[in-house]
Amino acid sequence: MSLGSGLAKGLAITLRTMTRRAVTAQYPEEQPELPPRSRGVIGLFEENCTVCMLCARECPDWCVYIDSHKETLPATTPGGRERSRNVLDRFAIDFALCMYCGICVEVCPFDALFWSPEFEYATTDIRELTHERDTLRAWMWTVPEPPPLDEAAEEPKEIAAARKAAEKAAEKATQGEAGDG
Amino acid sequence: MDWLDVAIRLLAVLVAFLVFPLLVGQLEHKAMAHMQGRVGPMHAGGFHGWAQLIADGVKFAQKEDTVPDGADRRIFRLAPAVALVPYLVVLIAIPFGPEGMVGEAPDAGVFFVLAVLGVGVLGSLIAGWASANKYALLGGLRTAAQLMAYELPLLLSAASVAMAAGTLSLTGILDAFQWWWVPWQLVGAFVFFTAGLAELQRPPFDAPIAPEEIIFGAYTEYSGLRFAFFLLAEYAGIVVISALTAVLFLGGWHGPFADQLGWLWTLLKTGALCFVVIWARVAWPRLRADQIQRFAWTVLVPLALAQIALTGVIKVVTG
Repeated sequence: MSLGSGLAKGLAITLRTMTRRAVTAQYPEEQPELPPRSRGVIGLFEENCTVCMLCARECPDWCVYIDSHKETLPATTPGGRERSRNVLDRFAIDFALCMYCGICVEVCPFDALFWSPEFEYATTDIRELTHERDTLRAWMWTVPEPPPLDEAAEEPKEIAAARKAAEKAAEKATQGEAGDG
Repeated sequence: MDWLDVAIRLLAVLVAFLVFPLLVGQLEHKAMAHMQGRVGPMHAGGFHGWAQLIADGVKFAQKEDTVPDGADRRIFRLAPAVALVPYLVVLIAIPFGPEGMVGEAPDAGVFFVLAVLGVGVLGSLIAGWASANKYALLGGLRTAAQLMAYELPLLLSAASVAMAAGTLSLTGILDAFQWWWVPWQLVGAFVFFTAGLAELQRPPFDAPIAPEEIIFGAYTEYSGLRFAFFLLAEYAGIVVISALTAVLFLGGWHGPFADQLGWLWTLLKTGALCFVVIWARVAWPRLRADQIQRFAWTVLVPLALAQIALTGVIKVVTG
């Protein structure tokens, strides 16, 4: 590209951009539309939590705090065995330490941790960034539905397994009918 | 000319000097933002950030005014004034409308204006020298080199207009102006405007400031109000160079209904040129110091000389 045409192109592009609408979103007045998988904050669905501690152990910077105790439930049937279970006492995430890697969300075997696009929780004191279970539970309400799968995507495993089982059953049934006849 | 008349004229020039650079600065904020797909300041003052520069001024006034230990204190403190005041003086001599709408019209207006304009550049030169900082010194030396190179095409192209009009008076040039002077002096206008841009150290000729290489050139050590004065001088310079180009090459107040609306024509032409200055900053990358020199000596000076030759030939043929 020669010097002159390059200069002219620069002028043309800037002038054209000026006549178009700016892409700026005026944030405090206008909320951004964040995609469903945005890593804003981690919500805790505490009903699902079994205090397995996997999240706390996998967290690379140790920002998950969990306290619990064991409770013993009486036997439900006469002569049955007593059952023990973990009860969550404290679940806190220190977002001053959290580096938003999402490993805790990934490792949780019981789907108790979720990403939420909510991001407006800045504080003026670093100590207030440690959020306890009630706040984390409240953030669950901001977790959006998972986006639909891409049309070309593979079938989800549980659906694929169910479909295969159903197909097998149907095949057996037709074979049985043929044998009868 | 009685005292009241002088006072009113000076007041008008002072108001213009305080208002127009801020308007250009605001235009730069907004035009540059939109050229880059942004919106620029939106909150200061409520409506589209109109008070942004006032807020900036308040901020600058609050900042500490520091002087480096090794600096030449008196010269260091004087430099912003040397950079700023000449543009005010030049503005006095620029005619804004027909029939005496000018602060004061010296007979050798072109001489006066160009001489004083050169003094303004000295402000950054002595700032660079007095700062006792190697980056400031580098910036100052680049400023000096640029001043040397671009003063010549600036003077030559202005001389071409003076030849065409047969007078050195700015008002005289405007009185003699004909519409066909615009194509006739087009090359001269390009040379004058470009050289003016270089004298102001505006992009793409801002190697003396070049924040990526030498921090902020001659202004590196400045803070607070003195730094603000340098910035103000830059925008006052844009106004002055644009107004001079409009007056010398685009016919100043000439246009439809010039008797009533002459001042509006001057302002419109000046404003359009100011926009071009901003546009060039957004669209073009910075030239290297050596490219700046090469452009002056191998492009602008020959073009200015060719313009003078053309002016002379046509003047002799028609005269």
